[in-house]
Amino acid sequence: MRTIKEEEILNAVKKVCIEAAFDLSKDVKEALNNALQAEESEVGKSILRELIENAEIASRERLALCQDTGFAVFFVEIGEQMHIEGSLNKALTEAVRQAYQEEFLRKSIVADPLRRKNTGDNTPCIIHISFVPGDKLTIMFSAKGGGSENMSRVGMLKPADGIDGVKNFIVETARLAGPNPCPPIIVGVGIGGTFEKAAQLAKRAIFRDVGKHNQDPFYADMEKELLVKINNLGIGPQGLGGRMFALAVNIDAFPCHIASLPLAVNIQCHSSRHRVITI
Amino acid sequence: MEKRIKAPLTDEIVLSLHAGDKVIIDGPVLAARDAAHAKLVELLDKKENLPVDLQGQIIYYVGPTPARPGYVIGSAGPTTSSRMDKFAPLLIERGLKGMIGKGFRSQAVKDAIMKYKAVYFAATGGAGALISKRIIKQEIIAYEELGPEALRLMVVENFPVYVVNDAYGEDLYIQGQQKYAR
Ligand code: SF4
Repeated sequence: MRTIKEEEILNAVKKVCIEAAFDLSKDVKEALNNALQAEESEVGKSILRELIENAEIASRERLALCQDTGFAVFFVEIGEQMHIEGSLNKALTEAVRQAYQEEFLRKSIVADPLRRKNTGDNTPCIIHISFVPGDKLTIMFSAKGGGSENMSRVGMLKPADGIDGVKNFIVETARLAGPNPCPPIIVGVGIGGTFEKAAQLAKRAIFRDVGKHNQDPFYADMEKELLVKINNLGIGPQGLGGRMFALAVNIDAFPCHIASLPLAVNIQCHSSRHRVITI
Repeated sequence: MEKRIKAPLTDEIVLSLHAGDKVIIDGPVLAARDAAHAKLVELLDKKENLPVDLQGQIIYYVGPTPARPGYVIGSAGPTTSSRMDKFAPLLIERGLKGMIGKGFRSQAVKDAIMKYKAVYFAATGGAGALISKRIIKQEIIAYEELGPEALRLMVVENFPVYVVNDAYGEDLYIQGQQKYAR
């Protein structure tokens, strides 16, 4: 049995929380550069140039990429051959608390959805845990902005709605989002499972690097087809008209009940602050 | 078309702007979010004086990250404008000429923009670091108790925005999409 200490996790996670806030990940940078080449609208090009310059300034000046420094969401894969000395929950929460306080990141979490008092340190976090073979600990982190999260949708479709029903729902979700999620966006899709599993799959899908497709060719083709359809809406960067409304469509699927077809679409903005660490 | 304008705005400047223009703003702008808007409208309802003269002003909808020591301001991109929709028409009636934010406006706001000759600009959502460097000064002018939501006066230089709703009733969110839809 391999042992990993709480403190080791805390330090590693804190480091990536900070890095994600200031350094745009390589996949998104590349995607923005490609989008600039493909964009036809002058306004759209000007916006994409601003976003590329924004990433340079953020990194150089240690200024957050976006002032909404997000809700900390983790997917944690725990190897069955390892054991954590101390508390995983404490390590993740404390990492976020320290990162947000020490690096002047915005505290955007309220303690109660209706009474709305700010917790003051951007905690708690959202933590999804699964167990995998092996002795490694993999932690995926994303700081999820509110503007794009708010444009996400879940639908309990009927199996008879089929593939066309699914595609229409996804394109319609993107259309309804319009300028609000600060396009260009990344569209995360979860198909199957149950009501909550579909949403979790969609969230997990936005953690995937832009440009990487589903390993199943059936879903990889669907991702490519939907990206074209969504960009053909003409909504463009920031919703001001243009070719590049979305950078990627990432789909994840899971077995489901004979009577259901759950579907979730999670919208992610270009300020996709995601990181993966393996300990 | 790219244009350079100086804040505060006059009717003449407002009427020279059209949906789809890229505009570079220099000069003073107010910064306020929901809470400061609610306070301003409450004063107007009670027929009391405002802490600031709205004539010709631009309001930027922004909720920045805390500033690092030695910095004017933290990351400072636009926030969603629709949350200000219920307050904006009255402020426009009282002299407000420009608003900077992101996302759709209500019909009531668009009507007020046409009736009183005002303009709605979009700043780039998620360009908070870039915009931060274009704000060269800021001070709290009222409602300090609201913390990050206090009413501020900022001086901006080289501030990039795009005209969405102009005084002629044009709307770039609708027209831009129509132009590129396939
Ligand atoms: S949607 Fe994304 S880019 Fe836009 S304000 Fe929120 S976090 Fe920032």
